[in-house]
Amino acid sequence: MDAEAAKLLGAGLAAVGAGLASLGVGNVFASFLESALRNPGAADGQQGRLFIGFAAAELLGLLSFVVAMILIFVA
Amino acid sequence: MQLVRGEKIDVAADTAKVDPMHQFAIEPLFGSDWTIAGYNIAFTNSALWMLIAGIALWIFMIGGMKREVVPGRWQMAVETMTGFIDDLLEANMGKEGRKYVPYVFTLFMFILFANLLGLIPLPLAMAGVHAFTFTSHFTVTGVLAIMTFAIVLVVGFWKHGLHFFSLFVPHGTPTLMIPLIFVIELISFLFRPFSLGLRLFVAMMSGHVLLEVLSSFVIDAANAGPGYGVLIGGPSFILMIAICALELLVAGIQAYVFALLTSLYINDAEHLH
Repeated sequence: MDAEAAKLLGAGLAAVGAGLASLGVGNVFASFLESALRNPGAADGQQGRLFIGFAAAELLGLLSFVVAMILIFVA
Repeated sequence: MQLVRGEKIDVAADTAKVDPMHQFAIEPLFGSDWTIAGYNIAFTNSALWMLIAGIALWIFMIGGMKREVVPGRWQMAVETMTGFIDDLLEANMGKEGRKYVPYVFTLFMFILFANLLGLIPLPLAMAGVHAFTFTSHFTVTGVLAIMTFAIVLVVGFWKHGLHFFSLFVPHGTPTLMIPLIFVIELISFLFRPFSLGLRLFVAMMSGHVLLEVLSSFVIDAANAGPGYGVLIGGPSFILMIAICALELLVAGIQAYVFALLTSLYINDAEHLH
């Protein structure tokens, strides 16, 4: 396979990681909302933890974006 | 991944295509030959927008620091922001958090202003003038992350001395596991500045690339004919407006996440585990 084509294919495959991270981020907010509706009184106190979970899940998706960018522009 | 003028991307150098990375190019505005010890210190568009963000922040703060007994709207806005960061640090660090309010507040407001100013559609008002999001460069966010990391190290070693290393061995770790846990915790600790800077820079950059790509859909579809313009350009334009709203949200969330993680990391240094 042409090296250039392999690079672009790899960059496209890295987008799978971004898609999976979106599942993770959605799961973080879905679980939060689910339990927040069960106990609305405790919801506000957990907002910090919500965003920590969001940041951790999102980071992996952003990393796959970085991999794609490195494959296209740097490698 | 900094794009300096001259080494623009040649991979997608098809002239008909819109180059979504061009908006991140750093260009010297004046003083391109200014050097100190061999380093170019030209005043770039990135520096200009840092200055604009700083001035906007200064005006925002000065308008709300009149200390009126009955606060007006402006003072309420400023006090809401300071109260927000104050509560954030209080919730994550307790009473010791108060002394980090100035740093975390400055960080939060600077990033927030930078993110929001970068989203302003300036060409609508002045043709050819573009807002530059300097938080979409790892050099900028990396330095901000290193500042946080430096504070963590200084506070940790100042307060706890070499006992700071107990941060890497959580309470109740079996003796057998200590070497393994120590290495894992150390790596995760050392990765923090990278993840902190990377998160902000990639989130801002990917959003702007997405907007640029969608706008190229609209322009190309409109150029291809009225049929394409309505069928493809129309939905793309509506999606673009929705993504713009999402980007406003992301600008706020990323500034908040940066401040939140900064307070968590400083909390680790302040209290160990």
